[in-house]
Amino acid sequence: MSRLPPALLIGAALSGVFLAVALLSLVWIPHPITGVSIATRLQPPSGTHWLGTDQLGRDLLSMLMVGAQTSIAVALIAVGIGVALGVPLGLAAAASRGSPLDEIIMRGNDLIFAFPSLVIAILITARYGPSATNAILAIGIFNIPVFARVARGGALPLWTLDYILAARTAGKGKLRISVEHVLPNLMNLLIVQATIQFSLGILAEAALSYVGLGAQPPTPSWGRMLAEAQTMIYTHPMLAVLPGLAIVLMVLGLNLMGDGLRDALDPRLRRGRG
Amino acid sequence: MARYLLLRALSLGLSLVVASVVIFALIEVIPGDPAAFMMGLNATEENLAALRAELGLDGSALDRYVVWITGMLTGDFGISYTYRVPVAELVLDRLWVSLPLAVYALTLSTLIAFPIGILAAATRGTATDYGIMGATQLGIAIPNFWFAMLLVLLFAVTLRWFSAGGFPGWDNPAAALKALTLPAVALALPQASILARVMRSALLETLDQDYIRTARAKGLSRAQAIRRHALRNALIPVLTIIGLQFSFLIAGAIIIENVFFLPGLGRLIFQGITQRDLIVVESVTMLLVFAVILVTFLVDLAYALVDPRLRRR
Repeated sequence: MSRLPPALLIGAALSGVFLAVALLSLVWIPHPITGVSIATRLQPPSGTHWLGTDQLGRDLLSMLMVGAQTSIAVALIAVGIGVALGVPLGLAAAASRGSPLDEIIMRGNDLIFAFPSLVIAILITARYGPSATNAILAIGIFNIPVFARVARGGALPLWTLDYILAARTAGKGKLRISVEHVLPNLMNLLIVQATIQFSLGILAEAALSYVGLGAQPPTPSWGRMLAEAQTMIYTHPMLAVLPGLAIVLMVLGLNLMGDGLRDALDPRLRRGRG
Repeated sequence: MARYLLLRALSLGLSLVVASVVIFALIEVIPGDPAAFMMGLNATEENLAALRAELGLDGSALDRYVVWITGMLTGDFGISYTYRVPVAELVLDRLWVSLPLAVYALTLSTLIAFPIGILAAATRGTATDYGIMGATQLGIAIPNFWFAMLLVLLFAVTLRWFSAGGFPGWDNPAAALKALTLPAVALALPQASILARVMRSALLETLDQDYIRTARAKGLSRAQAIRRHALRNALIPVLTIIGLQFSFLIAGAIIIENVFFLPGLGRLIFQGITQRDLIVVESVTMLLVFAVILVTFLVDLAYALVDPRLRRR
């Protein structure tokens, strides 16, 4: 085992901090964020409120901490939907390469690609009203073809290898081979892709909440904090800067981790890195 | 090639049909009365009946779908429930903001990404390369709507070079372009970052090929080899990514229009959502999805024209 890529360490540390903060916020935040306190609204950073307060007098640091929960939960569940539905579809397509099933799965994938998360969210929200669940569904549905494609692409070359042939000769069915022999060899690919989709999910959740299609008040979310701060950008620019900074650092951490993981898990890339 | 074209065209048609069925089903067929949803709690029974008749809700779902889709095909997108004007008219009006914005952003991102990506590849492994890669890594992580807010903070609030939003119309082209500049820059940033990275890795890949070594052996400098041979081949994956990015460009434009209060298709959709104008939402999303599917199709075709090996797939 060679030394870990620095990108992986930096990325894991950054994302780890956010994960820890989100977990911490489940049991403790500096100030409660449920009440509205006009007396303490729009305060600058101080000993009591480290990052100041927002337009409703809520502690900004506490809002950011709980906002991390929303972002991480939405993006993580969306990755779960993508993996749970996309990977089996991709494995099935690879196992039946060239068959009508393969063709249907891949064309269906192309079709979902034509519906960006935003469009799915627009359609669901137009009819059912906005909620964090809509955001999860919209991002999750878009994740399905991503994972299906990665699983199929990774599985296809495996099916031509000798050890799979051996398993087939031993009388194992396609389902069993897919689960026992193909899937374990795809784990690296899937972990890297999951990290990437996780980071894209954080960005997508922020965008959806920003335009009002995601988490609804009073649930704090980074995207909505930005939307609310926009009208006050002339007088209180920090309210618009800090939530954005949180998004950037979290996404940057996950992207670095994804790149680092890819380098660490793929020995072929280790040599040719340029 | 003819067979390939036919198959691709068939699959394009099929995709459009399925996409339209999905949109129609989500908006109109799922349980609940769209008319009651649109009019809200204070609707009188009389008004509801009138709206139901207008929407054709008394007919079967299949009848309504056929009416809607033939309308879409002939340019009749229905009458907006809130504006009381044809949706086609609204769309055409708004397209004059959204389309120039998208083209502007695409142009900017290409102009930024190509030189940067080529520079990074040409200086592979140096401080310049690492600097560029770091900057693009950051560019990908920045949400475009937040970058837009920062641009407003710097150029509209502090420096006062641009206005913070709004659109003066195309009567004064210079003012219109100026109003679209900050939005286009915000939209171009993540696109340019991704594109620059693709450009760099595509160029590095071609630079490893034998024909480049031959060109160098013939006495061409590294810069000459890049310009005359590597660049052209590296363009294929780059153009594909530009095509695939189209749907993200559209989604990004919808969001950015909201930051700058631009009267484009994005604003139209969100007004449609808040005003529960399902007719607008349904037809405009169908147009957007149609555009994405069409662009993907055209990219596929262009790819097959450039690279004959792909036609056999």
